[in-house]
Amino acid sequence: MSLEYTSSEMMSVTAARALENGTTCFVGIGLPSEAANLARLTHAPDVVLIYESGTLQTKPDILPLSIGDGELCESALTTVAVPEMFRYWLQGGKVNVGFLGTAQIDRFANLNTTLIGDYKAPKVRLPGGGGAPEIATNAGEVFITLKHSKRAFVKDVDFVTTLGFGRDGKGRDNVPNIGKGPTRVITDLCVMKPDPDTKELVVVSLHPGVSREDVMEATGWEVRFAAQLESTPEPSEKELEILRELKARTERAHAGE
Amino acid sequence: MAEFLSLHDAVARYVQDGATVAMEGFTHLIPFAAGHEVIRQKKRDLTLIRMTPDIIYDQLIGAGCAKKVIFSWGGNPGVGSLHRLRDAVEKGWPHKIEILEHSHAAMACAFEAGAAGLPLAVLRGYVGSELPSVNDQIKFIECPFTGERLAAVPSVRPDVSIVHAQRADRQGNVLVEGIVGVQKEAVLAAKHSIVTVEEIVDDLKAHPNACVIPSWAISAVAVAEKGALPSYTHGYYGRSNRFYKEWDAIARDRDTFTKWLDDNVYRAEENA
Repeated sequence: MSLEYTSSEMMSVTAARALENGTTCFVGIGLPSEAANLARLTHAPDVVLIYESGTLQTKPDILPLSIGDGELCESALTTVAVPEMFRYWLQGGKVNVGFLGTAQIDRFANLNTTLIGDYKAPKVRLPGGGGAPEIATNAGEVFITLKHSKRAFVKDVDFVTTLGFGRDGKGRDNVPNIGKGPTRVITDLCVMKPDPDTKELVVVSLHPGVSREDVMEATGWEVRFAAQLESTPEPSEKELEILRELKARTERAHAGE
Repeated sequence: MAEFLSLHDAVARYVQDGATVAMEGFTHLIPFAAGHEVIRQKKRDLTLIRMTPDIIYDQLIGAGCAKKVIFSWGGNPGVGSLHRLRDAVEKGWPHKIEILEHSHAAMACAFEAGAAGLPLAVLRGYVGSELPSVNDQIKFIECPFTGERLAAVPSVRPDVSIVHAQRADRQGNVLVEGIVGVQKEAVLAAKHSIVTVEEIVDDLKAHPNACVIPSWAISAVAVAEKGALPSYTHGYYGRSNRFYKEWDAIARDRDTFTKWLDDNVYRAEENA
């Protein structure tokens, strides 16, 4: 093995590869935005990136710090009002993939970005739902990316801000006009997919150098592994180069503002 | 017709203690100068509505202006928490505040419904989310035509909405460019509205489909140069991402925050 890379880079590259060229993707800020733009700058030049600030088909040269940075608007095909974004473009069914991050995720891929603890007396108050509750149900499918840890990967989330498959795995059953929901979760250790029947997240691919024990240790439930457990392909030199350039450009730009 | 007022006079006239106030601007064009004027005039018991409370409401909450905050995403974008919001919610400083939280889609629809004069907004939303269990303003209704279960939220009808824009002409017509958020909806949904602008010009030079808010739909226009900093005004100045990062340390501590407020808001000259 000649290439050196970090687990974060492995996560971003794997998340980026999940996006097919030509996909219309509603992008969350942070890790999803990094992955989506890496996809656009590598194998998916025609991916359409949409941010909830109303920027349609945007091609930022640097990663935005906020969801409404000027860069997103200046490099967009057009910018629409926020009600139009959510009503016509998302709810109207024009989005193939919603790409989300989260603070907490459970075994049925429900997301919590509201709080840790009890709602009336929170231990930690988190930012809240933002666009996620409707992105997760109105987009064709959902990709989720976050770092693997026991604090983040819990058996049951403290609060379901955003539906994965519900607390019993059946939250999407018989609901009309709803997307497929989470189809993959990309972390710095592995890739998980929901079991086709139970909808419980199952590890389908381990990143190079990561063991089953590593994943079990960082997961708050008795995580299962697919019978055909795969090894995630390593990042290429080109992907790493483009990712590093993107991050360096971004840091320079943000430091100078 | 909009009246040209100083920012001081506009806030003094239209923002009353106890009012429901929406200061909008989706990351872009956040009316910070107006927010600071509200703090300086020590307005109290406000119900503050904003999709993203952002630093502006962190400041108003920490300064003791808020009774209740209605929002859908309460973080410091790309940085982390809004520490003043959290301190008020978690520890009741400077006093307890109520919060009512929505999703972005619901709030955007609620502003639009307010502008449309409707009592409610309907959306395909909140499916499987537990937000309806902590917000009694989220209900579900059945579509009378298809039977589909849909979410309903009350429209947003503020006593006063405050937004910032690039410019107004001498009649008080306002042009908003770039990320337009829900600013037009906020103005049209409110009983009264204040629009702060970077400058007054002879001609807006607006394209036929530009986002223009007519003078007769606005209560007051006030000039506030750089009135959106540390957020930004498309075509005028960029977002101070550096300040958003610095805010984390300023707001984390009550004393540091109080000193910042003294130095930068209470003792600052109004620039209008």
